[in-house]
Amino acid sequence: MKLKLRIWRQPNPEAKGKMVSYVLDDVSEDASFLEMLDVLNEQLIADGEDPVAFDHDCREGICGACSLVIDGQPHGPQAATTTCQLHMRKFRDGDIIDIEPWRAGAFPVVKDLVVDRTAFDRIIAAGGYISAPTGTAPDAHAAPIPKQDADAAFSAAACIGCGACVAACPNGSGMLFMAAKVTHLGLMPQCQPERATRVLGMVAEHDAAGFGGCTNTGECASACPKEIGLDVIGRLNRDFRKAAARAA
Amino acid sequence: MLLVLFIIAHMAGNLHVFEGRESMNDYAHGLRTFGAPLLPHESLLWVMRIGLIAAAAAHIASSVVLTRRAVEARPVRYVSRKPAKGESRHAAATMRWGALVVLLFVVWHLLDLTFRTVNPVKDLPDAYGAVVEGFAPERWPVTVFYLIAVLALGFHLRHGVWSAVQTIAGPNNKWRKRTQVIALAVAVIVTAGFAIVPLAVTFGLVS
Ligand code: FES
Repeated sequence: MKLKLRIWRQPNPEAKGKMVSYVLDDVSEDASFLEMLDVLNEQLIADGEDPVAFDHDCREGICGACSLVIDGQPHGPQAATTTCQLHMRKFRDGDIIDIEPWRAGAFPVVKDLVVDRTAFDRIIAAGGYISAPTGTAPDAHAAPIPKQDADAAFSAAACIGCGACVAACPNGSGMLFMAAKVTHLGLMPQCQPERATRVLGMVAEHDAAGFGGCTNTGECASACPKEIGLDVIGRLNRDFRKAAARAA
Repeated sequence: MLLVLFIIAHMAGNLHVFEGRESMNDYAHGLRTFGAPLLPHESLLWVMRIGLIAAAAAHIASSVVLTRRAVEARPVRYVSRKPAKGESRHAAATMRWGALVVLLFVVWHLLDLTFRTVNPVKDLPDAYGAVVEGFAPERWPVTVFYLIAVLALGFHLRHGVWSAVQTIAGPNNKWRKRTQVIALAVAVIVTAGFAIVPLAVTFGLVS
């Protein structure tokens, strides 16, 4: 299939950046979206041009590195799918595809489509951990956990920290990411000692990092490749209210 | 909360217009003389006015903070954009500019039916007359503006009611869905209840 790509090119963080058009004549339907970009980059290198920089690692939908806004949608048109798991058969011959980086003040562009997501690491460092001693894995069922809680924690733990929620949010809020962590940890008995300080610390760091405030538009959940829902935000709000009341 | 309760009470009060001139004017008079002779004239109204102004000020101030944070959180905008896909998406998308419509409307509404600056009926106790003359067929632009504002208010409530519960209470999935249904019901009832009065006047059902 023949495609016209319009890609955000920005040589460095300070540069202004702009959309640049490229034409690919012979793209396989079976190629993944990233493989399609690999083909483009080979062509650019052969022409002596600078290849397009984009983040990727596992290419199997589990690491959260890939991060492209495709036609205005983080991770593209297919629901519950990361960019690396999106295939070109979702597009049609002759399509014009816009590719942009995550857009958030807290995620500055490093180069082209690569953004710096260390703001997420700072939120984790501000509370997204537990202080239980590590060592060999504990015996299965040593700590009894209701099946419902285990399932809910597991769904929240599916968050790969890609940042699509921020990219999709009209407020540029990182609420869904933060709430997924608060939920997955908050449901486990080993994670209770830090439950109050966790939510307060993470929210403070989130706001300080320059993410926007949540207005419950739900765009995050619809963009999430791991289908994390607004219930985790409800849980974060509940935890926050209790923790803030106790701290006051 | 205060604002939503006020809106519902205001809508219910408006329906007195269907009971005729006397009932409507008695109701308006009753609001002014509530608690008389024990309480001074208009004491209920002044308590409500102060409460509402404070609530509206807090409401607007926090929305300004949120909007400013949103603008700063996305300094570079997307070139290509897709329509929203979230829950109550049309309502969510109109929260900000819809609020401006409502704000402009509140100013007009006070000048029209409270102070009567722009209303043909200057006789303050005749609330019924002011409504009937204010929404007379030849003043149709007033009615259209009113309807647009009421619709914007309905959209605002559609998202705002459940969103407030989500932020303050933090419901689980089941309760979130329930509050969304309640929000929709509040929005539809309020919009219909407010819209029916000017429509009835314009089409001659109330005169
Ligand atoms: S590259 Fe790992 S999730 Fe896409």
